[in-house]
Amino acid sequence: MAEAAEQEEKKGRLEEPTPKLILTSSPHQLSQDSIERIMWTVVLALAPASLAGLYFFGWGALYVLIVSVCSTMAAEAIYQRLSGNSMTVTDGSAAVTGLLLGLTLPPGSPWWLCVVGGFFAIIICKQLYGGLGFNPFNPALMSRVFLLIAFPLQMTKWPVPRPFFSGMDASTGATPLGNLQVARLTGKGLGKAAELNIWDAFIGNIGGSIGEVSAIALLIGAACLLYKQYISWHIPVSMIGTVMIFSGIFWVIDPSKYANPVFHLFTGGLIIGAFFMATDMVTCPVTLKGQLLFGFGCGLITVIIRMWGGYPEGVSFAIVLMNIVSPMIDRYLRPVRYGSVKKVEGRR
Amino acid sequence: MWTIAGEGIHPTDRKSETSSIPISEIKPPAKVVIPLSQHIGAPCDPLVKIGDIVKKYQKVGEAKGVVSSPVHSSVSGKVVAIGRFPHPSGNQSNSIVIESDGKDEAIDSLKEHSDYSGLDPDVLKDIILGSGIVGMGGATFPTHVKLNPPKEKKITAVILNGAECEPFLTSDDRLMVEKSREVIEGLKIFMHIMGVREGYVGIENDKPGAIEAIKKSASGTNIKVISLAKKYPQGAEKQLIKSVTGKEVPSGGLPMDVGIVVQNVGTAAAVYNAVRYGIPLVDRIVTVTGNGINRRGNFRIPVGTLLEHVIAECGGLAGEPGKIIFGGPMMGIAQYSMLVPILKGTSGILVIPKGEVAFEDFRACIRCGRCVQACPIRLLPNMYSILCEAGKPKDAEEYHILDCIECGCCTYVCPSRRPIVQQIRYIKAEMRKAKSRVA
Repeated sequence: MAEAAEQEEKKGRLEEPTPKLILTSSPHQLSQDSIERIMWTVVLALAPASLAGLYFFGWGALYVLIVSVCSTMAAEAIYQRLSGNSMTVTDGSAAVTGLLLGLTLPPGSPWWLCVVGGFFAIIICKQLYGGLGFNPFNPALMSRVFLLIAFPLQMTKWPVPRPFFSGMDASTGATPLGNLQVARLTGKGLGKAAELNIWDAFIGNIGGSIGEVSAIALLIGAACLLYKQYISWHIPVSMIGTVMIFSGIFWVIDPSKYANPVFHLFTGGLIIGAFFMATDMVTCPVTLKGQLLFGFGCGLITVIIRMWGGYPEGVSFAIVLMNIVSPMIDRYLRPVRYGSVKKVEGRR
Repeated sequence: MWTIAGEGIHPTDRKSETSSIPISEIKPPAKVVIPLSQHIGAPCDPLVKIGDIVKKYQKVGEAKGVVSSPVHSSVSGKVVAIGRFPHPSGNQSNSIVIESDGKDEAIDSLKEHSDYSGLDPDVLKDIILGSGIVGMGGATFPTHVKLNPPKEKKITAVILNGAECEPFLTSDDRLMVEKSREVIEGLKIFMHIMGVREGYVGIENDKPGAIEAIKKSASGTNIKVISLAKKYPQGAEKQLIKSVTGKEVPSGGLPMDVGIVVQNVGTAAAVYNAVRYGIPLVDRIVTVTGNGINRRGNFRIPVGTLLEHVIAECGGLAGEPGKIIFGGPMMGIAQYSMLVPILKGTSGILVIPKGEVAFEDFRACIRCGRCVQACPIRLLPNMYSILCEAGKPKDAEEYHILDCIECGCCTYVCPSRRPIVQQIRYIKAEMRKAKSRVA
């Protein structure tokens, strides 16, 4: 009897929840990386290219970037307010979209172009699919493609770089890829494109979108993302490598007609596309093998459009087109799982 | 460098907080609660009744069934209760409560063997079974069962697991530094039982002291000490085999399918003590650590000692506790009561203060692929999570969910804070339910 009473007493004591302990499943330790940290780091990684754009194009670049970022963030906030979804405008993803969009626009684009682009990117290309994580296409690129098709005049008005805020009266000229296309379509071989100074192209002293001109600034930002492991080398290496190899083959066959691979590397949006757009985690394949194939596809379509297409530049189209097949790549190119190589004897 | 290539993670480990603290004893508990289920497999039957006087090392629970292991008293004293008490697994379990008389009087029938090499493997396996030895890395699989593979499986090597890849834990590290001879002797016993000439000890290279000590004790033998690059979850059996031998255990298979038996270093030391001195497994080394405890360290703690006693012996809680975890932070189990006992498989007690436990709502998968790159089995954890959320657990089978070892790497790296491994466990449970309905 005494024992039973004692046991009863113990039972009572056992059920006391002192102190209150938190019960959750393992793991009990998580990495520090969050969506916010990743997105804002991408913004930081784009800072060198943005600054280079400001340096070469001045005020015309500054307000395009500001208006683009403001309109994507505003679009996100307005949509989420109207739809009653939780506010995620501070997570940085809208800012990344706005900045990427701005960087792909011509310096001095009219303000309404940026606003239309920003709203199109966020509302049509992202929120209507369900928001961050559900969009099948890179919103910034999709929006850029829309603007390019809908407003071709405004989207191909390229100011000549005039360093250091030397006024708004910049004259316009063609981009190197534009020159190449004109020469190609008129049967003049390389034409004016042959005059390109590679050093100018490397530092960004050429015509083009705000953020695509300075290879060196883009590579600094890309190095930061690679170091933080927010992107892996697979897509950029495979995409750029494919462009270099294919353009190289044609250049070797007929250098008087086809530009050399270095020209293709430093002009147009190849570098910003390969490091910052194609690597968009939401819209690229999740497996590394899949990313290699994805990069190859992006590179191949870029070369095809640049060499035979109706547009001088193909990076945006290439990436958006490859976004379509991302889910399929993920479905069929899976990693070889541990232990799947050998069959077990006597088991099935 | 030897390691699992390209997979796994590098969590902040915080091992230095306890890795240099030598193993010490705590004040013996006045009472122990010894669960009859301290291993994977069927729980024991009690051999004593309320009021019985027991001695230290006395068998109090008999193994029932093939996959089971007996339990012994870790103190001398009186059985005061037998019933359901809190168990670290999160449930209640049949347990024997013994009040200590403080004398630690041992039974007098401990059988010593000064030389095991003349003993028949079957005799040794019986000693191991009789001593209640289970895998001390945390999985607590009965050791004698592991040493008994079917005849057609030719075993060629024994690997001792000294990887200790869980953050915070240093109990295996200290054991290897301080008791390297016992560990190596234990490995020799394993090799003798299995009749193999190849023996390995795999140790991650953040434990230079352990590597040196084990190498010294292994010199002159054909035991190889393998220094492994630090990576979680390298201490998982299949990952360790890959790191040490380059072999991959087939999907759905066991280490014996590639001719290997893996044992934890703590298990080896326990086996040595059981064979050499006849001492059953009644205590173990536990790392007590975390910002929520006043005194950190590595302690030899009798099995059955209650958590509250250990906490009190370690200077009490520092502030309000958030979580108390048995095991490491990656795979350990959060405790619901201060009255749970230390088990044979309890490698660590991690006290996380309330302020350090973060709650965050999880968000949509942003397809970043970090979980895919982190998965040591090279699965697609993102798909399990998405399918679980979409209410399609059945489709997860197509993605080989049963190969998942639930190491938690995917959940650790997820920037959307998705509870991937919990979702995986949920899907597996649903699949088991569906199967039992069919059967």
